[in-house]
Amino acid sequence: MSTPTTRASFPGAGGLRETGKLFALGLDVAAQSFRRPFQVREFVQQCWFIASVTILPTALVSIPFGAVIALQLGSLTRQLGAQSFTGAASVLAVIQQASPIVTALMVAGAGGSAICADLGARTIREEIAAMEVLGVSPIQRLVVPRVLAAMLVAVLLNGMVSVVGVLGGYFFNVIMQGGTPGAYLASFAALAQLPDLWISEFKALIFGFIAAIVAAYRGLNPAGGPKGVGDAVNQSVVITFLLLFAVNFVLTALYLQLVPPKGM
Amino acid sequence: MGVEVVVEDLSKSFGRQTIWQDVTLTLPPGEISVLLGPSGTGKSVFLKSLVGLLKPERGKIVISGTDICRCSEHTLYEVRRRFGVLFQDGALFGSMDLYDNIAFPLREHTKKSEAEIRRIVLEKMEMVGLLGAEKKLPGEISGGMRKRAGLARALVLDPEIILFDEPDSGLDPVRTAYLNQLIVDLNAQIDATFLIVTHDIGTARTVPDNIGMLFRRQLVMFGPREVLLTSTEPVVEQFLNGRRQGPIGMSEEKDSAQVAAELAEMQAGGLQDPGGPKGGGGTGIVPQIEPSPGLPERKAVQRRKDRVMQILHTLPPAAQDAIIASLTEAERARYGVFAGAGVGRGQAGSPPRPQGPPPGRPPSPAPRGGQPPRPGPQPPQPPPVAQLPEGGEWGSRSGELPGQGQGGQSQRRPQDPGQWFRRGGRS
Repeated sequence: MSTPTTRASFPGAGGLRETGKLFALGLDVAAQSFRRPFQVREFVQQCWFIASVTILPTALVSIPFGAVIALQLGSLTRQLGAQSFTGAASVLAVIQQASPIVTALMVAGAGGSAICADLGARTIREEIAAMEVLGVSPIQRLVVPRVLAAMLVAVLLNGMVSVVGVLGGYFFNVIMQGGTPGAYLASFAALAQLPDLWISEFKALIFGFIAAIVAAYRGLNPAGGPKGVGDAVNQSVVITFLLLFAVNFVLTALYLQLVPPKGM
Repeated sequence: MGVEVVVEDLSKSFGRQTIWQDVTLTLPPGEISVLLGPSGTGKSVFLKSLVGLLKPERGKIVISGTDICRCSEHTLYEVRRRFGVLFQDGALFGSMDLYDNIAFPLREHTKKSEAEIRRIVLEKMEMVGLLGAEKKLPGEISGGMRKRAGLARALVLDPEIILFDEPDSGLDPVRTAYLNQLIVDLNAQIDATFLIVTHDIGTARTVPDNIGMLFRRQLVMFGPREVLLTSTEPVVEQFLNGRRQGPIGMSEEKDSAQVAAELAEMQAGGLQDPGGPKGGGGTGIVPQIEPSPGLPERKAVQRRKDRVMQILHTLPPAAQDAIIASLTEAERARYGVFAGAGVGRGQAGSPPRPQGPPPGRPPSPAPRGGQPPRPGPQPPQPPPVAQLPEGGEWGSRSGELPGQGQGGQSQRRPQDPGQWFRRGGRS
C-alpha cells in the first residue's frame, strides 16, 4: 500500500505547485530534446508557422521602437552636449534591450498564444490522452519541436529586429535630428562590442524558451472545456510577459556586472 | 490471448470529492467485460486510470506483473503499447487525415515499410467499414465514423487489452447493434481482453461475459453476466430495467424512505412506468451475441465456462440456476451438475462480489442432489426473446442483425466482418 499523497495547504501553495509543475515541464522538455527520433517535420512546420505570424508585426514594431529611442536619447544627449554619442547609445539600447524584448513579446503574443490554443484544443479533445495511450510522449512529439522552434525563431527574429531598429535609429537621428552619419557610426564602433550582440541573442533564446514553455504548460492543463482553453491562452500570454521582464532584469544585471564596458 | 487485469482496492478522488473507492475486480483474460453505471459515477475515470492517464490515490492495477500505479513513466509507456483505447469521441488527431491517424501508431512504434503499413491500415479500415474515407479529416466526418476510425487506430498494434469508452454514445440503435456485433467479432478474431464502459443496457445484456456496476462511489457488483442479470439488488434491477423507481435518482441518489415507498408501490403492482428504457428493457437473461458465421469460435467462451463453473458455488442461487440452465447436456455431465439443483445453496445471499473464491474452499462444484428446484423466479427458459418488440436491439438471437431477415441462415453475410458495417457507415 502506498501512503496517500498529502497536498500541502497553506496560502500560496497552489501558486508554488503550479510553478513547480512549470519548471518540471521545462526540465522534461530539456531532457527530451535529446531523445531520438527528433521530430524534424513538426519542427520545420512550427518554425515556419511561428516565423510567418511574427515577422511582419515584429518588423513593424521595431521601426518605431528604434525611432522612439533615437528621438528620446537624441534630445537628451543634445542637452548634455554629447550629441555625437547618440548613435552609440541608441544602438546599445536597441540591441541589448529593445530587440530581445520586442522579439519575445511577439513570439509570446503571436506564436505562444497559437501554441497554447492548439495544445489546449488537443487536450480537451482527448488527443493528448490518446497520444499517451498510444505510447507516444506528447512532450517529445509536440512540445519539444514547438519549444525549439520558438527558440530558433526568436534568435533569428532578434537579428532582424536589431538591424531594423538600428536602421530606424539611424534614419531618425541623421535625417530628422540633423546628426551626422559619421558621428553615428563612429560612436557606434567606439562603444559597442561583440558581447552586446551575444547577450542580445542569448536573451532572445531564453525568452523564446520561456514563452513556449509557458504556452505549452497552460495548453496542456486547461481548466476544462472550451472556455478553459480561452482562459489558458490569456493566462499564458500574461504569465510570459511577467516572466520576461523579470528574467530580463536578472540577465541585464548579470551582464553589466560580468562584462566590462568597452573603454573609450 | 489477452492479458489479465487485476484491480485491487483502487480509490480515486479529485480534491475532496471521492469518485469511487475500494474497487476490486479482475478482468479475466480474453473475455468481454462491461462496466455499467449511471452517468457521473466515474466510469470514464476508471477507464483512464486503467491506462495510467489518471493516478488513483490508493490501490493497485496489475497488468502482467506490472503495477501501473507505481511504475516509472518509461515502464508505463511500455505497458500502454499493449492497450488499445477507443475514446468517447474517437480522439483522432485533427491535423491528420484518417489514413495518417490510423497509420500513426505503426509509424511510431514499428519499422514497417510504407507498403506494409498501407496494407495493415487498409485492412483495419475495411474491418470497421471506412474504406474510401482515407483522405477525410476528422472534422469532416460524422461522430459514428470518428468512433470507428478511433477503433481502427486502437486495433493496428494488435493490442492485448481493448478499452471502449461508451462505444454506443451518440449512435443510433441500429449502428449500436452493428458496433456490438463488431466488438464480438473482434473478440473472436484477436482474443484480447475487452472492457466496455457504457450505460446502454442493450449492450450490457447482449455483449459481455462479465458485468460490473459502479454506483455511489462503490463497485456494487462484478461477476459473470448471469449474476447481474438475475440480481435482485435494487440498484442493479433498476438500472437494467431503466425505470425510475429505485435508488438511482435524477441527481444520482434518493433518500431511502422514498426508495422504499416506490418499491413497495411497484411490488403492489400499482405503478407501471410507461416510459420505455433507453436501449430496451426486459428481464432475465438474453442470449449473448455470437460471432458472425465464418469467424472462429470465441475461445473465451470455453475458458469462461471453466472459470465460472469453478466459482459456481460462490454465486447467488439465481445465477447458479441460470448458468446451469445455459449448459448443454454434455457440459452438465462434464461439470457434474444438473439443472435446477444449483450448488452451494448454503450460501444463498452470499457476498455480491464473486471475485476469487476463498482459498480454503475446494474449487470443484459439488452438486447436492435431492434438493428440489427452488420455487420462485426461475431463469426463463427459453429466454423471453419473443416478448420483445420486433426489431429491438437484441430481438434476434445469435448475432443476427435486427431487421435483417427472417432468421434464415441463407441471408447471413459472408465472412467479411466489415462489409455490413461499411454499409452502415455510408448511408
